[in-house]
Amino acid sequence: MRGKLLAVAAISALAAGPVVAQNKSVKIGFVSTFSGPTAVIGNDMRNSFELALDHLGRKMGGLPVEVIYEDDQQKPEVGVQKTQKLIESDKVDFIVGYIWSNVLLASLKPAVDSKTFLISANAGPSQLAGEQCSPYVFSTSWQNDQTPQAMGLYMNQKGVKSAFLIGPNYAAGKDMLAGLKSTFKGQVIGEEYTKWPDQLDFSAELSKARAAKPDAIFVFYPGAAGVQFLNQYAQMGLKGQIPLYTAFTIDETTLPKQKDLALGVPGAQEWVNDLPNEQNKKFVADYKAKNKSSPSFYGAQAYDAANLINSAVAAVKGDTSKKEDMRKAMEKANFKSVRGGFKYGNNHMPIQNFYLQDVVKQGDDFALKTVATIVENSQDRFHDKCPMK
Amino acid sequence: MLLFIEQCLNGLQVGLLLFLLAAGLTLVFGIMDLVNLAHGSLYMLGAYFAASFAALTDSFVLGALLGLGAMFLVGAGLEVTTLRRLYGRDHLDHVLGTFGLILFFNELVRMVWGPGSLSLPLPSWLNRSIEILPGVPYSAYRFSIIVVALVVALLLYLLVMRTRIGMLIRAGASNREMVGALGVNIQLLYTLVFGLGAVLAGLAGIMQAPILTAHIGMGENILILAFVVIIIGGIGSIRGALVASIFVGLADTVGRAYLPDLLRLFLSPAAASTAGPALSSMLIYVLMAIVLVLRPEGLFPAARR
Repeated sequence: MRGKLLAVAAISALAAGPVVAQNKSVKIGFVSTFSGPTAVIGNDMRNSFELALDHLGRKMGGLPVEVIYEDDQQKPEVGVQKTQKLIESDKVDFIVGYIWSNVLLASLKPAVDSKTFLISANAGPSQLAGEQCSPYVFSTSWQNDQTPQAMGLYMNQKGVKSAFLIGPNYAAGKDMLAGLKSTFKGQVIGEEYTKWPDQLDFSAELSKARAAKPDAIFVFYPGAAGVQFLNQYAQMGLKGQIPLYTAFTIDETTLPKQKDLALGVPGAQEWVNDLPNEQNKKFVADYKAKNKSSPSFYGAQAYDAANLINSAVAAVKGDTSKKEDMRKAMEKANFKSVRGGFKYGNNHMPIQNFYLQDVVKQGDDFALKTVATIVENSQDRFHDKCPMK
Repeated sequence: MLLFIEQCLNGLQVGLLLFLLAAGLTLVFGIMDLVNLAHGSLYMLGAYFAASFAALTDSFVLGALLGLGAMFLVGAGLEVTTLRRLYGRDHLDHVLGTFGLILFFNELVRMVWGPGSLSLPLPSWLNRSIEILPGVPYSAYRFSIIVVALVVALLLYLLVMRTRIGMLIRAGASNREMVGALGVNIQLLYTLVFGLGAVLAGLAGIMQAPILTAHIGMGENILILAFVVIIIGGIGSIRGALVASIFVGLADTVGRAYLPDLLRLFLSPAAASTAGPALSSMLIYVLMAIVLVLRPEGLFPAARR
């Protein structure tokens, strides 16, 4: 009797199989760093992505959403393996994430070759905006050069005449310093690249910077390295001596450790936690309630990525085989971004505002706040090199 | 010229910090004949202990001292419970066993302190720069590392060469059985030596914590450098470790500071700034290769058994 029942169940499951299997869920692969000193960033992105799914009722276009998280260990060779695994064995519809430009550049080919949509929620290497742009790649962050370009404009406003630049020696570090140089009108009197990610002692570079006597120092040190840099900058007695300007060095993941050292150090960003739009207020408030900490721009970009995917899946009513239609839907950037809306350029990079952010002390806690808009509707400087039809 | 002096100080500081780590490693290896890959984990634990104790007591110095005490207990405890079982075996078993300890300690730290890094804030009297020579400002904290490490090097020398316990340590290194037969408690001696090694590693971690923050995996990177130091210096020789670590520190920092500029003379700026950091990080290993070719035993080989 029991055997019969099982057989019937098996047959009916077989019969139902093909129909259900076609579109039983939206599968999303999420590649980020979940181990090592920069795992805080990956966790912030995951928390925000999960929150976005909660806000969407964990459904897109009427289908349940399944997310597979993979740890790239901040290594390009691991990132590309995980990307291949997600595409080939998990057969995901979308791949999201990527903190590091070098990891993203390594992982690009399997995604583009298999025509799987890849949404970068952080990394924005110049190659991706220019020659290597692809119909299957979108960004919910920025092109690397854009943020330091905004910082360069601000340094011009402040009348900085000469600057010493320090950054890590990898794809994003080179973009960041090049971006700053493209808008900064003063003289660049020194430029140092450090081994990434394992050089954490910047004594040789800081000594050189002090000896060059610049008006200002500009740095790009994301994640834990930002804490280490500010520590050493203060220990050298440079705080108060040579002003520091930054890109991606102070954020909500590093601020609890930088504390006083971050006071008075300006940064540029496309999203700040106090931007006054409804979507953002909801995101920040619910994130704080759920995770007992403040979201960072990494999280905001991951939150936007979930909503961008949702806009595509909703446009095709859950039929994720209609890739052309999904691409057209995403190009409209038709969702409520927590940064208050942006447009896509021809290369699928956001055209957006950049804000000046500053650190404020609230009781015993530190927070970031918007001071001014540095530039409106900034578009990256590589879009005309993109051959996209 | 003044900048050059400053860069040499930077190199000296990096080197002396490395010495503290390498001294413990070479003591344990030379005297107990134990390859201890987990030495880097002790360095990490020192940083975490000091950061926690400093937060608890609100004092950097007190936190550091309590951290050192805790490190001795951890080292002695580790020797009694685990490492003792490895002595009779060959080096490959040591490597396997202590590599397991690295994974164990990394996971332990993740469970106790969480995945994020921990900072150890400096008191204001250290968190500034001082003028050590006219026209040469230098970080007070980095200068204090140089002083502390030199004092420790001196104390270590006195301990090993001029005290009874040092005599026993040296005797135990040359003939373990004979020392035991003469009625010396060699087990206790090994426990003490390993505890001392752990304190030295912990001290290095504690002094590095304000600069680099305490983070998981911080021991692995620097462990490789510490091994390079003891290979250059000669395994088992503290004097060798001191000379070699200063060499390595200077080669690393001064190389990093001047190699890119040197390359810019005959390469394009972009190529120079890419090749510079890559070449300067190879410099240490080139140094090691040269020493290995010329003196395979290291600069100051310990007396053969």
